[in-house]
Amino acid sequence: MSDLLAVVIDGIIYSSWLFIMAAGLTLIYGVMKILNIAHGSLYALGAYLSASLVGWWLAGGHDPYGSYAMLAAAALLVGLVMGPLLERGLLRLMYGRDEVVLLLITYAVFLILEDVIKLVWGVDSLYVSQPYDLLGNFDIGELSYPVYNVVLVGSAVVTGAAIAWALHSTRHGKMLLAVIHDREVSGAMGVNVDRVYLVTFTVGTMLAAIGGAVTAPTLAVSAGMGVEVIVLSFAVVVIGGLGSLGGAALGALIVGLVRSAAVHYWPAVELFSVYSVMAMVLIARPKGLFSTAEARRI
Amino acid sequence: MMDHTLRVLLGVAALLLAGLPFMPQWLAFLITLALARGLVVLGLVLLMRTGLVSFGQGLYYCLGAYAAALLDHAAGIHDAALMLLAALLVPVVVALVLGLLLASYRGIFFAMLSLAFSMIVFGLLIKTSALGSSDGFNVATRSIFGIAIADGYNGRVFMAATVILSGIAAGALHHYLNSHLGRLSAAIRDNELRVEYLGASVRNVVHLNYVIAAALGGIGGGLTALAVGHIDPDMAYWTTSGEFVFVAVLSGTGNVLAPFFGSVIFEAIRTLANQYAPNIWQMTLGLAMLAIIMFLPAGLWALFRRKTRAA
Amino acid sequence: MSAILEAQGLSKSFGAVIAAADINVSVARDSVTGLIGSNGAGKTTFINMVTGYMKPGAGTIRFDGHDITPFTPRRITQLGIARSFQVPQLFNSLAVRDNLLAAVGIVAAAATRWAHGAITRERAGAVTDEMLGRFGLDAYRDKPAGVLPEGVRKLLDIAMALVVKPRILLLDEPTSGVSADEKFGIMDVVMSAVKSDRVTVMFVEHDMDIVNRYAQRVLAFYDGRIIADGAPATVLKDDEVRKYVIGEQLHVAR
Repeated sequence: MSDLLAVVIDGIIYSSWLFIMAAGLTLIYGVMKILNIAHGSLYALGAYLSASLVGWWLAGGHDPYGSYAMLAAAALLVGLVMGPLLERGLLRLMYGRDEVVLLLITYAVFLILEDVIKLVWGVDSLYVSQPYDLLGNFDIGELSYPVYNVVLVGSAVVTGAAIAWALHSTRHGKMLLAVIHDREVSGAMGVNVDRVYLVTFTVGTMLAAIGGAVTAPTLAVSAGMGVEVIVLSFAVVVIGGLGSLGGAALGALIVGLVRSAAVHYWPAVELFSVYSVMAMVLIARPKGLFSTAEARRI
Repeated sequence: MMDHTLRVLLGVAALLLAGLPFMPQWLAFLITLALARGLVVLGLVLLMRTGLVSFGQGLYYCLGAYAAALLDHAAGIHDAALMLLAALLVPVVVALVLGLLLASYRGIFFAMLSLAFSMIVFGLLIKTSALGSSDGFNVATRSIFGIAIADGYNGRVFMAATVILSGIAAGALHHYLNSHLGRLSAAIRDNELRVEYLGASVRNVVHLNYVIAAALGGIGGGLTALAVGHIDPDMAYWTTSGEFVFVAVLSGTGNVLAPFFGSVIFEAIRTLANQYAPNIWQMTLGLAMLAIIMFLPAGLWALFRRKTRAA
Repeated sequence: MSAILEAQGLSKSFGAVIAAADINVSVARDSVTGLIGSNGAGKTTFINMVTGYMKPGAGTIRFDGHDITPFTPRRITQLGIARSFQVPQLFNSLAVRDNLLAAVGIVAAAATRWAHGAITRERAGAVTDEMLGRFGLDAYRDKPAGVLPEGVRKLLDIAMALVVKPRILLLDEPTSGVSADEKFGIMDVVMSAVKSDRVTVMFVEHDMDIVNRYAQRVLAFYDGRIIADGAPATVLKDDEVRKYVIGEQLHVAR
């Protein structure tokens, strides 16, 4: 019984992290129709910058609890700098191109950022476990969990709620939803599509960076950490349906639980199990669990 | 009845084979590797002609290599011809099955799903200690078509095999692309709906092309395994597939010879980069790709002509 | 003689939009029928359902007595129903000749399976060239389909549909987007091309002059229903048709 509980709890923790990553990816795709492979390196950037900031903060002898603010700061910084930089500086020049060409462009950006990270931070791993250890553990039955993971789950829930609220209850959010449905008509109706794109990409970037920031204290921050993330986030987004936030949540939950079960019972098929689920969902519903309707072509 | 392309093909192949005995080992090795990888890119170019970009050809490159290597490692067969046959058959069987699912997808779905499957195999190989986990294992070849290969001649034999196989593949594909199915592939890229409304099955052509690309990828992998003498799971890693995409983008899809020239250029630059600037190799690739996309659309000729919305 | 095409109780709705409400039509062999109606009345939906692109919510479609309702566009084309498109569906990067050659090649490749040996592989090139001539497309044979003027695109679109030698040809707005002085030219080419082969034709049109000139029978659509069905002269004078489709001021010369 506690075995099953462990699987579920681990699954939920993992899902939280997945959701944060997938939310940004699906938002960017839904609005801009771009599948951002560079999302993975933005995640890595968030992790690396967090590690540096926390390291600097603690080295300066400041209050250890302030390190959480450093994590948030790192995410904010990456989002606010890289978001507009990439969107205005590069992607803007490429709108209207075929979606696969855009995919290749984000792939090129990913390659560039990977080496930029190596140049700035070197090839050694970074460790910043203090924010993780600081909160100690708590017990659920026989199982002991770091309190930090609760923070992680909490962040995911808060993030999801915040985005959902912003999308459905604010004017800007509704405009964003309109652009997801039909960019041309939205523009014709007076929505500033350019600004929506900028905001969306920045928010998406920030979400990737948040994912990296909250993950940094839990593992070794090392080169190449962005790669597996992209492949997994894509699976989540596809299962949920491209452009659907609710889908990203459900997809994250499914993938998290499946992966957790695999890790516990048969570790070798970890990635395989996730993709099998994705394949099965796609066979049943080719566009994912929640997908937007498409206008008639002929 | 030989057109320009075939003439150039024969000419280059003849030149390479004639120069074989006089070539330094390192050059023969470079050419072998470049041509073998060029074969994989050739398959990718066929897919792009059909309107699909696969980010996972590394899967078949790896399967071909492992199939060839396992004949030696596990079955005690050291004949290059048999090993290459395995390198061809295993990917084809896998592609016949995977193609059933993948042929339903296009655009980024197809791209990312193909990437996903190559990563799954990568994940499985990494965790399989019987296959050497992340280290892989060595491959030893002793004969080809039953004829023993004398010591020190491995490199030249493999280069000859690579030149011949690449030549045959390029010639066959050239013929295919100019045939009805080749034309239909381009038609599918432009307007699938119309193809269905003309009474043809888009799915069947896509599946067929997918299997052909897998076959080419497998042979390329097998040749690489023989030439290098070692295989490892990295062959299925996304970076490997990404490099094939890069070469395809660089060479463009206009001609069956382009992938091979592109591949040779790529390998040459990679060798230099590894020597002098290994830490910015990925950045260089990324920047080059952006430059090609922005300024050299000829290289991206096929991608621009994909199926569009009703104009 | 039994009808070649029969629609019974066809219905289709998209949420609150009713595209078809209980459509019943019986089409006679070799007839030429015009479908008229304002935008959104259900004409293209009708063609989409008959050719299998859309499945009706209810109702059946019979071709020569056989139920074809669940079939795909590919199957229905193979059975002998072809269509052209409101927006020409071409292979834009291929030359005009290659567009046709692709269509001809499909029929040639399917020689024994469903095309009844209509075109052999050896004759493919010759058949293509002959069709180019018949449709006046010779001058454009090497130009990519994407750069053609609209009238030529429409002709190519229709020519491709005719490659399979269909028994029913459905034309969706064959002259829309085409300049006024070219319209009759296009219809003349198409109608003479089908004359020799005994093809049943149905065409959607907004130009009443075209409808008057070529149709033997007119079906007027409104709001998913057929509100008038008869000879052109009768239908075009019908009160409801004047009210909902063509307007009160139209005087159609015969």
